Amino acid sequence: MKLRTGLLVAVAAAAIAVAAPAQAKTFKFAFQGDLSSLDPHSLNESFLLATLGNVYEGLVLYGPDLEIMPGLAESWKLLTPTTWEFKLRQGVKFHGGQDFNADDVIFSWQRTLSEGSDQKVRGGQIKNITKVDDHTIVVETPAPNPILVQDLPYLLIMDKEWSEENNATNATSAAGDNTGNYANLNANGTGPFMIESHKADVKTVLKRHEGYWKDIEGNVTEVEFTPIKEAPTRVAALISGELDMVYPVPVQDWERLDDADGVSALTGPEARTIFIGFDQGRDELLYSNIKGKNPFKDQRVRAAFVHAVDLEAIKEKIMRGAATPTGLLAAPQINGFVESLNTPYEYNPEKSKALLAEAGYPDGFEVTLDCPNNRYVNDEKICQAVTSMLAKVGVKVDLLAQPKSKYFGKVLSTSGYDTSFYLLGWTPGSMDVENVLSSLIVCQDEENKRGMFNLGNYCNPKVDELTAAIGSETDQAKRTAMIEEAFKIVKDEVGYMPIHQQPIAWGVSDRVTVNQRADNGLDYRYVTVK
Amino acid sequence: MISFILKRLVQSVIVMLTVALIAFSMFRFVGDPINNMVGQDTSRADREALTERLGLNDPFIVQFGRFALNAAQGDFGFSYKFRQPVNKLILERMSATLELSFVSAVLALAIGIPAGVYTALKKKGFLSRGIMTLSLVGVSLPTFLIGILLILLFGVVLRWLPTFGRGDVVAIGGWTTGFLTVSGLKSLILPSITLALFQMTLIMRLVRAEMLEVLRTDFIKFARARGLPDRAVHFKHALKNTLVPVITITGLQLGSLIAFAIITESVFQWPGMGLLFIQAISDVDIPIMAAYLVLIAFFFVIINMVVDILYYAVDPRLRADDA
Repeated sequence: MKLRTGLLVAVAAAAIAVAAPAQAKTFKFAFQGDLSSLDPHSLNESFLLATLGNVYEGLVLYGPDLEIMPGLAESWKLLTPTTWEFKLRQGVKFHGGQDFNADDVIFSWQRTLSEGSDQKVRGGQIKNITKVDDHTIVVETPAPNPILVQDLPYLLIMDKEWSEENNATNATSAAGDNTGNYANLNANGTGPFMIESHKADVKTVLKRHEGYWKDIEGNVTEVEFTPIKEAPTRVAALISGELDMVYPVPVQDWERLDDADGVSALTGPEARTIFIGFDQGRDELLYSNIKGKNPFKDQRVRAAFVHAVDLEAIKEKIMRGAATPTGLLAAPQINGFVESLNTPYEYNPEKSKALLAEAGYPDGFEVTLDCPNNRYVNDEKICQAVTSMLAKVGVKVDLLAQPKSKYFGKVLSTSGYDTSFYLLGWTPGSMDVENVLSSLIVCQDEENKRGMFNLGNYCNPKVDELTAAIGSETDQAKRTAMIEEAFKIVKDEVGYMPIHQQPIAWGVSDRVTVNQRADNGLDYRYVTVK
Repeated sequence: MISFILKRLVQSVIVMLTVALIAFSMFRFVGDPINNMVGQDTSRADREALTERLGLNDPFIVQFGRFALNAAQGDFGFSYKFRQPVNKLILERMSATLELSFVSAVLALAIGIPAGVYTALKKKGFLSRGIMTLSLVGVSLPTFLIGILLILLFGVVLRWLPTFGRGDVVAIGGWTTGFLTVSGLKSLILPSITLALFQMTLIMRLVRAEMLEVLRTDFIKFARARGLPDRAVHFKHALKNTLVPVITITGLQLGSLIAFAIITESVFQWPGMGLLFIQAISDVDIPIMAAYLVLIAFFFVIINMVVDILYYAVDPRLRADDA
């Protein structure tokens, strides 16, 4: 009997398969890394979030140019400086058929604060959520927060009932202490795509969710994702026609793609800024031949360094013209970007030498530059170029380029900021300059978790004051003025050496059109297969 | 015989423990796993809490002891990255690696031995010289390069074969096999050739050298004097006597095939254990690295044991000693 039922099911399934419309549009792509989990709260990492952003949704969504669009919330307004009212969209269903309502939002927010969650920073932007009715909620923030919605696209909403049924009310922990979390390998979102099958690190297949609440621009009905670690294999798979898109494509392969038939390189500036920082906090540098004092505390020395580095040469020689040299730690795509301060420091080795002499280092000095070699586009080459440019003004740089696991294990706060001079890249998670200021620029403050990526501890109380005000100012004009003031101080004091916005490069087949988002995110909503 | 196997098994445990110990003492140099497990915005307190929960703050010997104790019960813990049991991840991948290694080993033996015999018998032949020259390429070109060249030629230029992956697989119980689908078989061709090439040339050169040696010995001359046909002399007497060293090397190389599939797997994005391992290194996924190394040590021990048993079958002198 059982066998017969099984057979019937099989026949029925086959019938459905045959009846399905013939114009299935499959989009196959590869990325260098893999989708380590399907749990939207497990890891705060851009590829995972951008990918799961096709399956799960937040109250708001990113548009094609990273602009904020209404998502599961139809509208929102500020009630008091610390409370917001969100009207939730009605009639939205999860892939499993459950209705979306206010309880799901409250549940998901609480889940981001659960033990294994890596979204505690996002969840922590909210102090409390109260349900007014099934489709209205009031969100309370710990302090006035004008940019709350900037942080919401990736606070992805799960279904409460589904999570409870499957015992997945806590986020999947990296420590393996809530074992076999259902949400790690299964997904149930409201997004336009559903997970059809997922084998971590091998292949993930997604199917269009027919009941999606909104029409989408693209026409893709099925998406196949394969991680391909090796860049040559990735590029070969694209040129051979097996895949429709691969990313990232190394700089040296761009020409090859453009020369090949039927594929091209789609490049653009990423919202990530690459920069070099100086240890300005210690009284003596950890890695230098100057003892008893810290040359980087002297603004003239920092200025000498920035004037010695030729950003145009780095752009042309190392990035094949595709980088955007910058004078600011925030990219144009970031909310609050200050155009007038974005001009890079002038390249002027003579001035650099004069400044060094004036500061008392006519013959330069020695310092070690910490650099990752597999994290950013051509990171080690950038460091080599900086090393040789500084040599021309007499500064002897020892380059210590290491894989990212070693590099981050050395320079971050957990290792006590063990660096004197370092290269780092930053995309603010909230896509707002406030995150840049409070992570990279305010004084290190362990207690309040601020300035945690200000590895060299650039510190100016005035900037701290401004940053705090920027974080809570709801008047846009005042806020913009304060942002400009804060960045102007940092720039005048040469707090950092901004290098460039690194390029994003995707290899795309002529069969498809895609939208390249500046956070390197691929949104299947905008993919069209010819 | 039984006591011999038992002794070997005890030795294998010691070997695996040693491997685990050495591996563990090296993991601290791979880097900080925590940074790969959390996003950039995660606070220092959360990072430290995670380190503590993973037991990474414990002294080396405590961490190792915990690992050895759990491993002895067959529990290799959880992957930091995938948040899944390591056992499950490795078992899922094992079929891919074993199938690839098996096909490569068959290729290496099926082509290597006849080619070795042929080049030994027809030392001066045109074809022999050609084979010998080609074999130099196999020995000297790195696997990575061979893989990329094959991909370029057969995948990109001719477009006959897939450039990456395993194609469609069929699951039989816990085992997934690519032998049963056309795309699975097509996907096997390039990686298995890449992986087999080095072993193939090695076996060929070894067989050739041994054959030449044996052919010079008195008993072969005597066999010829007796008027035995060439076939009997070459294959019945000469080849059989060359096989003892060939078995040793082949056995060891089979272990290498599994272990060094890493490079081939990463060039072809072959979803096997090697690829899992190499990803684990860049992510500092210690549980996966530890389990993989111990498993590979286990494979080597088992293969060596099988090789030793095979000696008994091939070499009658050993059996005589035993008796």
